[in-house]
Amino acid sequence: MLSSIMAATLSMGVVAILSALLLVWASRRFAVQEDPRVELLANLLPQANCGACGFSGCSGFARAAVEGKAPADGCKAGGPAVAARVAELLGVSVPSVKRQVAHVFCNGTHALAKRTGEYRGLADCRAAELVSGGGKACTYGCLGLGTCVAACPFGALTLGSEGLPIVDKEKCTGCGLCVQVCPRGIIKLVDYDQRTFVNCVSPAPGKLVRQVCQGGCIACNICERTCEYDAIHVIDNLAVVNAELCTACGKCAAKCPTHVIEWQVQEGREPAAAAAAS
Amino acid sequence: MDFGDLVLLFVGAALINNFILSRFLGICAFLGVSNRLSTALGMGAAVVFVMTISGTLSWAIQNYILEPFNLPFLQNLIFILVIATLVQFLEMVIRRYSPALYEAFGIYLPLITTNCAILGVALLVAGSDYGLLETVVFAIGSGIGWTLAIVLMAGLREELEFADVPPSLQGSALSLLIAAIMSLTFIGFSGVVPAL
Repeated sequence: MLSSIMAATLSMGVVAILSALLLVWASRRFAVQEDPRVELLANLLPQANCGACGFSGCSGFARAAVEGKAPADGCKAGGPAVAARVAELLGVSVPSVKRQVAHVFCNGTHALAKRTGEYRGLADCRAAELVSGGGKACTYGCLGLGTCVAACPFGALTLGSEGLPIVDKEKCTGCGLCVQVCPRGIIKLVDYDQRTFVNCVSPAPGKLVRQVCQGGCIACNICERTCEYDAIHVIDNLAVVNAELCTACGKCAAKCPTHVIEWQVQEGREPAAAAAAS
Repeated sequence: MDFGDLVLLFVGAALINNFILSRFLGICAFLGVSNRLSTALGMGAAVVFVMTISGTLSWAIQNYILEPFNLPFLQNLIFILVIATLVQFLEMVIRRYSPALYEAFGIYLPLITTNCAILGVALLVAGSDYGLLETVVFAIGSGIGWTLAIVLMAGLREELEFADVPPSLQGSALSLLIAAIMSLTFIGFSGVVPAL
């Protein structure tokens, strides 16, 4: 009895010690030198592994950036703050990048957009787009099945009760994954500071737009005439805001007959349009 | 044992007593990494590799340590210890000398360290009267059988992504159903060779 306990303890102990020694020896003998900057850099990244940089996850980007194969500001999700820290670590200068966020360019809520049928298939906009356009009469409008919501790794998109996705500007990192998955190209990246948007992408003439949606841009030119800063123009039956010239006064939004122009009230600023309207 | 017997041993390990579908070993990895065909192949290659080497090592431990000292009750403990050490060691060596192979195995090599299929081969070899050559053939056959099952599963699951699955069956429920049906078909191999 005792001898078998002794034998068991001894043989296990010897095997365990030998294994440990082998691993210690091997970890020194076969050590692979890795650039310590890779790990430091990986720690700076958001670790969301969204892949917007074009590399396989954050560690892939870190390796590529250290090797000089990726630009310092390649991390879209991290934005300028991460880009600055990455650049500092790598000792390169980085051009200042404006923070970008996603914006949904469609105003076709359940109440405003006309429907031609009911779509009962795979709950994915790309699938709906392939069959019949998902039941919405407007062939340019949001299908509202939430493919962009599912694609967002940061939880910045939610599907509103009106049937349109809502972007949380604070959570959005501008990685552009939703832009890629939207089969209708409704989501675009815009400057974080932009306040005025024409929430329609339909290039159809006003008459046709009216037939399918009460909230679309009908190219009536009222906004163009209203704008004092030459910042909004109707191009191809669609009003387009020039973000460089727009002062976010909100007058065009107040005059728009279909309310397709969205004007986000800026904190700490006097709402000029509200004053003008009253 | 002649060549014919070795072929039979191989077929028996790969198909008749398939590790996943007949012995139900290594199911966690079978369900976990069978979403993509390419990852299933990577995992399969790593399993064949580790199974062969750990099976051989277990055979040596059984015959040169456990049996001479009459310590069969140490099997589980010592096999786990030795296999874990071995995989760690191999990972370091491969990383040093063949970065390409290391990249190909990727995360799968450390993942399968404690896979029950690996320990299963070790215990089955220890419980048998196989010689060295038979052990190697048995381990390779088992690994290839495991790979075959996971690759088939991955192929099915890739196709299923386009299917309209009822919500109550989505995910692991359907995977388990598929695994059960695959298992039934593989049971059909039993009795092909009366001795196995």
